[in-house]
Amino acid sequence: MKRLLVLALLLTAAAGDIHSGYDDASPETRAMQDDDSANPGFLWVREGEAQWSGKACAACHGDARVSMRGVAARYPAYDAALNRPITLDQRIAQCRTERQHAEPFTPESDAALGLSAYIGLQSRGMPLQVSTDGPMRPFYETGRTLFNTRMGQLNLSCAQCHDERAGMKLAGAVIPQGHPNGYPEYRLEWQTMGSLTRRIRNCMVGVRAEPFPPDSAEMTALALFLAARAAGLKIETPAVRP
Amino acid sequence: MVRVLLNVPRQVRRNEPFDVKLLISHPMESGQRRDAVGLAIPRDIINLLVVTYGNEEVLRMDLFPAIAANPFLAFSMTAVASGTLSITFTDDHGVTQSETATVEVV
Repeated sequence: MKRLLVLALLLTAAAGDIHSGYDDASPETRAMQDDDSANPGFLWVREGEAQWSGKACAACHGDARVSMRGVAARYPAYDAALNRPITLDQRIAQCRTERQHAEPFTPESDAALGLSAYIGLQSRGMPLQVSTDGPMRPFYETGRTLFNTRMGQLNLSCAQCHDERAGMKLAGAVIPQGHPNGYPEYRLEWQTMGSLTRRIRNCMVGVRAEPFPPDSAEMTALALFLAARAAGLKIETPAVRP
Repeated sequence: MVRVLLNVPRQVRRNEPFDVKLLISHPMESGQRRDAVGLAIPRDIINLLVVTYGNEEVLRMDLFPAIAANPFLAFSMTAVASGTLSITFTDDHGVTQSETATVEVV
């Protein structure tokens, strides 16, 4: 009984302490994110804004500040036609190829990241709130399983670092809780903008695992689980991280 | 075409310092790195930045390697009359680009 109580307390503590990678970043990095004129992510945002109004986005969706408000907060979302969840980036790609009949974006290109950042920005400050009910449930469970599965030559799971050792150090850097609330984000290490997919690939290569392909079911399920795990955290797109 | 974000207050007070902030999308390739086959990647940095206000030069800056990609530059200045702030920079490829903003002195 006592052991159960301790476990319950631990779980409450863990659940209560959800915080953004922003809180783990240095004051200098935070200052960069706080000032839109110093945040390099806005170079991409402006690119995305130009695309939005220049291409057919605005023709259907009108003013992004109105139509895209809150959209990033509910992705990955269920796509009834595909019978599976899709990420916001996949949704943008779908719109681009199927409705605009345009060339698909090159992954991680300035154009793709820019549009994603511009759309994400419209939800800045809003809490992440993805659905995990109904048809989303099995995908969420898959994501949870992947998060807790040891992988790679180092035989580590996401959870071992980002749940169990969050707040501790990996080399000189604080291990963040690994929340997806700022993507696409500007990473100082990359000296450029990158998507959540790139970040996950980065982690997987780090544990010497074969990364999930960008648009694979595994990657989407993991993105869904991460978004659900971060429920309530405010969107910071475009975030700045070390 | 390099993307530039130039941030200047639209209205400033006469003789009172104000901040000019500048973000430039540029790789700032240091010249020290090598590519996948071991060939040196040529240096490509912004090496000169000139700021003029009206017809007067207010800042001239030589830049060197060891500046991160997408540099952020900020400086303070004062104005006595309304005018156009113009920022011109040149990189190692000889590409020159300008960005302007109007400042109103109230």
